[in-house]
Amino acid sequence: MDSSCNCIEPQWPPDDLLMKYQYISDFFIALAYFSIPLELIYFVKKSAVFPYRWVIVQFGAFIVLCGTTHLINLWTFTLHTRTVAMVMMTAKVFTAVVSCVTALMLVHIIPDLLSVKTRELFLKNKAAELDREMGLIRTQEETGRHVRMLTHEIRSTLDRHTILKTTLVELGRTLALEECALWMPTRTGLELQLSYTLRQQNPVGYTVPIHLPVINQVFSSSHAVKISPNCPVARIRPAGKYMPGEVVAARVPLLHLSNFHINDWPELSTKRYALMVLMLPSDSARQWHVHELELVEVVADQVAVALSHAAILEESMRARDLLMEQNVALDLARREAEMAIRARNDFLAVLNHEMRTPMHAIIALSSLLQETELTPEQRLMVETILKSSNLLSTLINDVLDLSRLEDGSLQLDLGTFNLYVVFREVLNLIKPIASVKKLHVSLNLAPDLPEYAIGDEMRLMQTILNVVGNAVKFSKDGSITITAFVAKAELLSDSRNPEFFPVPSDNHFYLRVQVKDSGIGISPQDLPKLFTKFAQNQSTATQNSGGSGLGLAICKRFVNLMEGHIWIESEGLGKGSTAIFMVKLGIPERLNESKLAFMPKVPPNHGPTAFPGLKVLVMDENGVSRKVTKGLLVHLGCDVTMVSSSEECLRVVSNEHKVVFMDFCTPGMDGYEIAIRMHEKFTKRHERPIIVALTGNTDKVTKESCMRVGMDGVILKPVSLDKMRSVLSDLLEHRVLFEAI
Amino acid sequence: MDVVNQMQRQFVDYSTSLHREGILDDQFTQLQKLQDENSPDFVVEVASLFFEDCEKLINNMARALEQQGVDFKQVDASVHQLKGSSSSIGAVQVKNVCIAFRSFCEAQNREGCLRCLQQVTHEYSLLKNKLQTLFRLEQQILAAGGSIPVIE
Repeated sequence: MDSSCNCIEPQWPPDDLLMKYQYISDFFIALAYFSIPLELIYFVKKSAVFPYRWVIVQFGAFIVLCGTTHLINLWTFTLHTRTVAMVMMTAKVFTAVVSCVTALMLVHIIPDLLSVKTRELFLKNKAAELDREMGLIRTQEETGRHVRMLTHEIRSTLDRHTILKTTLVELGRTLALEECALWMPTRTGLELQLSYTLRQQNPVGYTVPIHLPVINQVFSSSHAVKISPNCPVARIRPAGKYMPGEVVAARVPLLHLSNFHINDWPELSTKRYALMVLMLPSDSARQWHVHELELVEVVADQVAVALSHAAILEESMRARDLLMEQNVALDLARREAEMAIRARNDFLAVLNHEMRTPMHAIIALSSLLQETELTPEQRLMVETILKSSNLLSTLINDVLDLSRLEDGSLQLDLGTFNLYVVFREVLNLIKPIASVKKLHVSLNLAPDLPEYAIGDEMRLMQTILNVVGNAVKFSKDGSITITAFVAKAELLSDSRNPEFFPVPSDNHFYLRVQVKDSGIGISPQDLPKLFTKFAQNQSTATQNSGGSGLGLAICKRFVNLMEGHIWIESEGLGKGSTAIFMVKLGIPERLNESKLAFMPKVPPNHGPTAFPGLKVLVMDENGVSRKVTKGLLVHLGCDVTMVSSSEECLRVVSNEHKVVFMDFCTPGMDGYEIAIRMHEKFTKRHERPIIVALTGNTDKVTKESCMRVGMDGVILKPVSLDKMRSVLSDLLEHRVLFEAI
Repeated sequence: MDVVNQMQRQFVDYSTSLHREGILDDQFTQLQKLQDENSPDFVVEVASLFFEDCEKLINNMARALEQQGVDFKQVDASVHQLKGSSSSIGAVQVKNVCIAFRSFCEAQNREGCLRCLQQVTHEYSLLKNKLQTLFRLEQQILAAGGSIPVIE
């Protein structure tokens, strides 16, 4: 057979090595091709997210079919039947289809898959960025916490130094500063002085003038301002070799109590500021962040508030201390004054007793001596002794009186006395002296001057005597006129004395006494001094004026006690003077007269009807008694309505009836109830008629019960005409009468 | 004129005697004072009213006391009324008897009450007579053209 025939090469024997290797490879390929989809499915199932499941299916199908093809290939190494060939062919066809489809799909899928990757990268970047921002926020929050803590520290103390020191320390710590400093304005307000620093323990008193432009810039802004490290306020530390860090300055308003007025807030121009300077560490290349600046501003404000609190507290403590001191001083002064008064009173008491006793002895014995037989010289001597001792006695009395007057412990002894008699006594007393001096004394009493008056007779006489005595004393010749009259309303308010407003009333009148003399007169500049103690006219002091100068002062006190006024008029030296005083005196009889004036004096039998047309209601069950009462009232002119029962009474009574007379002793008729019902009926007091009970017994119980139910009066029966008349007039005048027996 | 004077004097004497005997008291004088031109017969009217009232009350009291079971409250009420009337007119004797009468009523003493009633009736009749005489005298004076003298 060595022919070159064109027939197909005969199939190699199946157990050829080549065949064997192909066979094995095919087998393994099939195996691999079957296991790959399994693995894929397994792992895809494991992963939660895989968007392309149907791609897996496709791929899997493709691989499975490939495997199937290779598997079926195993049977084609040997002679195989047509069936196998058919199966092989089907498998191959399928595989071809699926692989082509898959290849086409992959064109779409692969770019998608790739883009997933890029997105992942992008997200990672974003996450990193957010992390960074998160870190920033956290630092800010921490800063805020620092501020709160700082504020808390600052506000937890009221001591100014502690506040400031704490501020600087905490700020330094929070912001990791190299140096902080506080510059306070000096008292003059023209310079800023370095008051507190963080690192340096005792800052030497550096000062900078306040009107530097950089300082003005900081003061005019409410924010923290970055300033140059080279400006005077920032050059606190000795210049180092390093680059100084950034410096920031903020203003701290200093609030003063006096800055706040009630209705307006302080203007900015009057505000004082301190300067806070903060320096970052040198050579750190750190920058001031916005949040740090905000922190600084907030702290500056808090410091201002804390400082003002501290200042206010200081003020109040100081004020309190001052008050306490003053209190102590006042207490001491008061005690001393009390002691002085006690000492004076003791002295006066001693004076009173010890001096008066010998005085009394002298006066009494001298007057007794006067009664005995004496030679003219002796008589003259005794008279002089008597006169001098009288004078001395008067002096003692005056001093005692005045001191009592000043104490305010003097009270008037009020009593009824004869006014005319007082004036006549004064006249009698003064006439001898006046006649010696050849002075003519005349007394004019007005005719309308009441004869009797209520007041302090002794002191009034003392006053008149003193005034008249002065007139006599200071007149060498001429006449003295005493006039007394009742002061009329128009004359009462003297233009000279604007504070004196006497008010006349029914019970009092103002007595006006004028004493005119033709003596030496008083110069205008001396007039105000007249009533002051111990002040005398210098010109007359040398003459034998006598007296202590207390007289007029005492008179003034007395007159004031009597609610009056005293003054002296004079046209000048040598032109005489007039002493005028007004005192308030009571009128004894006026009261009675006025009361009588109200009651119409009606003669017993005839007389005008006292109560014309007065509408009255009479309630009485008893016919006779009723008629009698009616007769009484008709006789007095009243318009009488009669009722005989309580129901009728309540029915008929109206506010036209002014008085209701109720018979009270009829049993079965409850007068009390009627009164109560009548009160209910007329709620307004002026509408209600006056309710009077007529009763046969006025014991206390009946009276009290009547009062309790609101009756206005109780009258005992039988009633006489006069009694009825007086009862009615009393009732109508006072609206209440509680007893008429 | 003489007659008038005489009559007036008689009137005054009679009036005074009544007062002295204690039959009338000051209250009656008061009533007389109330008599004027506006009410010329005031006293007579009051007296007539009193007589009527009295008779009615006395009858009531008598009837009440005749009962088997005496209603003392009713008697007391009547006595109270009588007391009031008599004091209003000034009949002092009657009033005094009434006071005693009341205490017997309170004690529910029938005998005492009857006795008082008798007394009251007696006093009342006396008073009535006297007053009627007085009024007649008044009328006579007025008829003669005189005026009633005022007794203080």
